[in-house]
Amino acid sequence: MQIVFIPALSPLALGVIRKIKAAFQNRKGASVLQPYRDIWKLLHKDEVISSDASWVFRFAPLAVFSITLVVGASVPVFASFLANDVTSDILVIVYLMASATFFVALAGMDTGSAFGGFGSSREVTVAALAEGGLILSLLTVALMSGTSNVFAIAQTISSADLASLLPAFFAFAGFFVVLLAENKRFPFDNPSTHLELTMIHEAMILEYSGKRLALIEWASANKLMIFIALGANLFFPWGIAHDAGVMAIAFAIIAFAAKALALCMSVAVVESTIAKLRFFRLPDLLFVSFILSVIAIGLI
Amino acid sequence: MTDIILSSYGFFALIASFALGAVGALALRKSDALANAWSSVFAVLGSAWGIAYALSAFGAVRAPEYVIETSSLFPLLSVSFSVDKLSAFFIFIISLIALLCSIYGAGYVKHFYKKYNIGSLGFFYNFFIAGMLLVVSAANALVFLIAWEIMSVASYFLVVYERNDHRNVRAGFLYFVMTHIGTAFILLSFLLMYKFTGSFQFETIAANIASIPPFAANAVFLLALAGFGTKAGIIPLHIWLPDAHPAAPSHVSALMSGVMIKTGIYMMIKIFLDVFTDVPLWWGLMVLVVGAVSSLLGVLYALTEHDLKRLLAYHSIENIGIILLGLGSAMVFSSEGMLPLATLGVVAALFHTLNHATFKSLLFLSAGAVVSSTHTRNIEEYGGLIKRMPQTAFFFLIGSMAISALPPFNGFFSEWLTFQALFGGILSLPGAASWIFVLAVGALALTGGLALACFVKAVGAVFLARPRSEEALHAKEASFSMRTGMAVLALLALAFGVFSGSVSSTIGKVVRDIGAFGATELPLAASSLQQISVQNSFASASAPAITMMFLVAACVAALVLRAVYPKQKIVVGETWDCGTSPTPRAEITATAFSRSIIMIFKGILKPTKQTGIEYRDATARYFPKTRTITLGIHDVYRTYLYEPLQVALTKFSERVKTIQSGNINAYVLYIFVALLVLLAYVIF
Repeated sequence: MQIVFIPALSPLALGVIRKIKAAFQNRKGASVLQPYRDIWKLLHKDEVISSDASWVFRFAPLAVFSITLVVGASVPVFASFLANDVTSDILVIVYLMASATFFVALAGMDTGSAFGGFGSSREVTVAALAEGGLILSLLTVALMSGTSNVFAIAQTISSADLASLLPAFFAFAGFFVVLLAENKRFPFDNPSTHLELTMIHEAMILEYSGKRLALIEWASANKLMIFIALGANLFFPWGIAHDAGVMAIAFAIIAFAAKALALCMSVAVVESTIAKLRFFRLPDLLFVSFILSVIAIGLI
Repeated sequence: MTDIILSSYGFFALIASFALGAVGALALRKSDALANAWSSVFAVLGSAWGIAYALSAFGAVRAPEYVIETSSLFPLLSVSFSVDKLSAFFIFIISLIALLCSIYGAGYVKHFYKKYNIGSLGFFYNFFIAGMLLVVSAANALVFLIAWEIMSVASYFLVVYERNDHRNVRAGFLYFVMTHIGTAFILLSFLLMYKFTGSFQFETIAANIASIPPFAANAVFLLALAGFGTKAGIIPLHIWLPDAHPAAPSHVSALMSGVMIKTGIYMMIKIFLDVFTDVPLWWGLMVLVVGAVSSLLGVLYALTEHDLKRLLAYHSIENIGIILLGLGSAMVFSSEGMLPLATLGVVAALFHTLNHATFKSLLFLSAGAVVSSTHTRNIEEYGGLIKRMPQTAFFFLIGSMAISALPPFNGFFSEWLTFQALFGGILSLPGAASWIFVLAVGALALTGGLALACFVKAVGAVFLARPRSEEALHAKEASFSMRTGMAVLALLALAFGVFSGSVSSTIGKVVRDIGAFGATELPLAASSLQQISVQNSFASASAPAITMMFLVAACVAALVLRAVYPKQKIVVGETWDCGTSPTPRAEITATAFSRSIIMIFKGILKPTKQTGIEYRDATARYFPKTRTITLGIHDVYRTYLYEPLQVALTKFSERVKTIQSGNINAYVLYIFVALLVLLAYVIF
């Protein structure tokens, strides 16, 4: 049941971020439901596929979207009792996301265009360096709760006392940097740029159109929502429902919406106030994320 | 049935099959096809028998032992072999990979007909496999060294097989020198153990291990680490690996990279955990640090390579580092008395050994298919091969997904277990050791990410986009036997991943057989649905669940997509390149792909760049005719380690040479002085 929750809500998160950015830029901006309309429009368009592309190009969007569905069902959103202990391990989640990166990067190289190639190169560079910070920040909360099942982590941390949660704050700082990196947000990448030489993620998917582009865009939105869910529920899991009571679930949904809104607002603030960093400065930022997580582990 | 297999006739049949294949191939050397057929048939038969033998030895209650008594002739040398569960596991790996490489080789060797002597290839190939089997079953240190030499010399001749290329000959010579340096270290460590325990039999040494004083034990550790590490390819003793593995024929490279370097790991496990049952803490920490450094540096150097087989060779160094992470953590836990976690570490190391043998052989075999089809190893000259060699491309893709540790393939599960062993260390170890484990986790995470980057580069630059050379344009798919070998390995990579629960429990049985562990409870449980859970559910994962969820999600998504706009038209057109027609020069090259990472890590990698320019008029120097840019990596090991050693050794030798004056009177004086000194020693 949770498997449809993340895909259903992820375009809304995108819409909210864009609306807040518009407010910063003193304009009304598109409606928060615009990403839904964009996906619907793309699903009804014809496609042009490059003659140099192989089955990797054709298969990658479906693979990436399915991976985000599987991971979306494995992260806690509003209930910690919807646990499963087969795909909710932190390493399984991280490496499933890495598989998605693998396929999109291959698809970027498949068409033999110059932009796709260097987009893939930059993307895997950022992904490789971000993985250390991601694994260590998730490891911090896993070590604090004595389990690496994300649902159990949410449950344990929600009942811990505030004083022992200092490592979680440091780990969240590291996690937030990786959230920006993996979801192509400032200061790593500008998701709305139209200048190919400044693109990382967008460059890889330049050749996609129609249904496949809809799947890729939706999968990126899903990935953002998954990271938001992980950030909200692993590091600040208060309000999450522990049992299946109607009141508990309603409260949990409201709590999750509030936390997601706060995270979307932070992303939008970051995007509106700081500039995109030069590519060779990004490793420094990712190393900072790694160090923050190492400090967090030391504080446990 | 198993009694017959495990009897001395069974073991003898195993070795004899390869010996017969070797000798017969040499006898038939005048006919290429016959020699190839004879050697392949006997290699396949021998490997199949080896798999049956290993499986029977798993189930045996007592380890079978085979002794040929030669104590009357050579008091110290008793030709004895003992196949305990660890040896049986390695015999299984060797036979499995040898079987598939021999099937592949039957078709691959046809590329060498009329150019080189097929009979000698068959001879050395069979002796190489026989040598490896003898190495992992030897029970006596001297027999071990004889088998080690057979393995090394046979592989030397295989490395220099394509002798018309002088680079292969140089690579072979470097390999020969390095492997004998390693053997010298091993010999020294065995001699030290003999001095204190009085025997070369491993069992006797293990029983008398308490009589080795700590100083000698530390020396044995360092010598064994250096010696077996040279064979395994740890940094900084790895310089032979990136030259030798590409030089050999591809099925031999697969065997060398997938199996031969694991014999170093086998002996490390045997000596550090089976013979020495009580190890100091710093041994495990040192192995852990060596593993972390080797894995990181291995993958970084792999990113710099645009020779396909050198890239794969550096990845072998990386994966040996990951195996040593598991082994080092096991040694640390064993010295702190945490035996369950130690068994987890060894299970992770052995599982990764099996997985690496599988996917590395798969990668080398498909690389061999590509190289023999395009006659070049340079990635920059490939491109678009997925359309011309679709099945090879598919198998290489599966190998890449396995080595990048993507679920549900086998590489993910052994790295997962290694991570669990390291997490256990962070939780349970005191102080400084736990910080080393945190840094090891960071190194392993970074290695995994960089390996993914490197294989996106490899798969993308070799198989995708447009062909960048004439050979790539006209490449042909590999022959049937080559594709069969690769297909079975790809299937095994998936199977070992999906059934990782059963595989890790089986390896758990192997581990409990090792001396240091006894009947320790394994902190790993595998349910009937292949769900592995570690340490009372600190972590659990299930391969079939991941696969099934992915397949269901993909099917549902595909069906919904089809329903939304069924009349969608898909048009095939040219790639948009801002209005021009895209040429092969527009695509990204392997060098450019990894340039970002090389620049980021330039402090470690020390990239060099040399530009040259030739003008149309050399005196006026206005209009350039050609520009050359040479990008390279400064070989720091040669400059800072091997060359100073060599210079020091040469200087010392020149000093010593002054004794050889050529003057008979001086020599007589030397004899006289030596006799006086000896007399004085004996009297006083």
